[in-house]
Amino acid sequence: MIKLKMGERFATLRNREIASLERRLFLRQGLSMGALSLLAGCNVTDEAGIENALRKISSWNDTVQAKLFDPKRLVEEYPASAIVRPFPFNAFYDEDGIPAVSAADFSLELAGLIRDRKPWSLAELYALPQVTQTTRHICVEGWSAVGQWTGAPLRHFLERVGADTSARYVGFKCADDYYTSIDMATALHPQTLMAFRQDGDVLPAPNGFPLKIRVPTKLGFKNPKHVRAIFVTNEYPGGYWEDQGYNWFAGL
Amino acid sequence: MSDSRTGRLPAAPTIHGRIVRLTHWVNALAFLILLLSGWKIYNASPVFAFRLPNELTLGGWLGGALLWHFAAMWLLALNGLLYLGHSFLSGHFRRKLWPVSPAAVWADIRAALSGRLAHDDLSVYNAAQRAAYIALILGIVLLALSGLAIWKPVQLAPLVQLFGGFDTARVVHFVAMALTLAVTAVHVLMVVLVPRTLLAMLIGRLPTVRSPQ
Repeated sequence: MIKLKMGERFATLRNREIASLERRLFLRQGLSMGALSLLAGCNVTDEAGIENALRKISSWNDTVQAKLFDPKRLVEEYPASAIVRPFPFNAFYDEDGIPAVSAADFSLELAGLIRDRKPWSLAELYALPQVTQTTRHICVEGWSAVGQWTGAPLRHFLERVGADTSARYVGFKCADDYYTSIDMATALHPQTLMAFRQDGDVLPAPNGFPLKIRVPTKLGFKNPKHVRAIFVTNEYPGGYWEDQGYNWFAGL
Repeated sequence: MSDSRTGRLPAAPTIHGRIVRLTHWVNALAFLILLLSGWKIYNASPVFAFRLPNELTLGGWLGGALLWHFAAMWLLALNGLLYLGHSFLSGHFRRKLWPVSPAAVWADIRAALSGRLAHDDLSVYNAAQRAAYIALILGIVLLALSGLAIWKPVQLAPLVQLFGGFDTARVVHFVAMALTLAVTAVHVLMVVLVPRTLLAMLIGRLPTVRSPQ
């Protein structure tokens, strides 16, 4: 769907390999506990079976959360005094891994079930009508921080490029090889933004220059930074963390 | 004492009914999974200035702990609803946990500490037991509500407000865990001191012992 350069492809493969290694380790460590074999009441040798069962329950939780999600319910907005500065940096790499995206060369690619798949330059994106909102970013780790983002509602953009809004998923690919996806209902939520600015300034590199999808109704890892491609699909696209075991819907 | 017609011993009286025993053990299992996976989740971003012992946690990494936590929450919730529904409808609460007065609780705690608390009839809870079991039920209800608030802070925004905000709800969830765990620890200690109670919770009654006339 989206062409990856050789280097990027290698990095993606390498990351996947690390991810699958971590995944294989996670249950082993947990299951080696005596307490667990006691509480499971049986011989816990089938780690893959347990992981499989837990992931099935996680998919069930996706279904439940989609039902709980009210597309009209707005998240709370906060006064500017609540903004956390500096806004925390968090990624699957350290700060020295932050990608240097060139504003001049940047173009946002569109793919999948979208009528007008012409790429968008940064200047074109900046010309979109924008709103500002101050909302709470909640990380899957448990911490949270209020930040202020300015950008174009993703809904308007999807409608403008003729995306099939009856499709199931909207996926994002990022300049740091991160990738994630959200359900269409959340993509169309009025507060889901294509954020170009944070706290009054152009989005800083650690926070996702030039484009971050701000989804205040989802956990932080569903808010991709350095987004370089958006695609619409009916095939489950997964995500960097989701493929390793984080819950996919991750709705707040 | 024997049945005059059959000459056999009558069945020992039931101390804990089937549903109470079933829900007790399912609850214990769900609580243990939630506790140990919850510690792992806590360690990912500790609310307080300490971490919990990593060797005791469940899940291996944050993602694994979350899978366990959000699976076991269903077990705890469904089992809890079965227990609460059954206990209200069958009169279990009214018969076993009521009444409970602070004076009686205090008197029984003092009696227990001095080793004078009688435990002849396991089917009747003393006041200290009643207070502890009520505290456990309320603690788990508080855990469930604060957990819901952290899980769905947008969809359940009024619940989050009730707890005083997202970050406070996290603290409530942790403190409720600590208190519930503390009561559970005392409960387990008491079972160790009076092991007959474990048998009663496993098979429902104590084996009939032919007492010399």
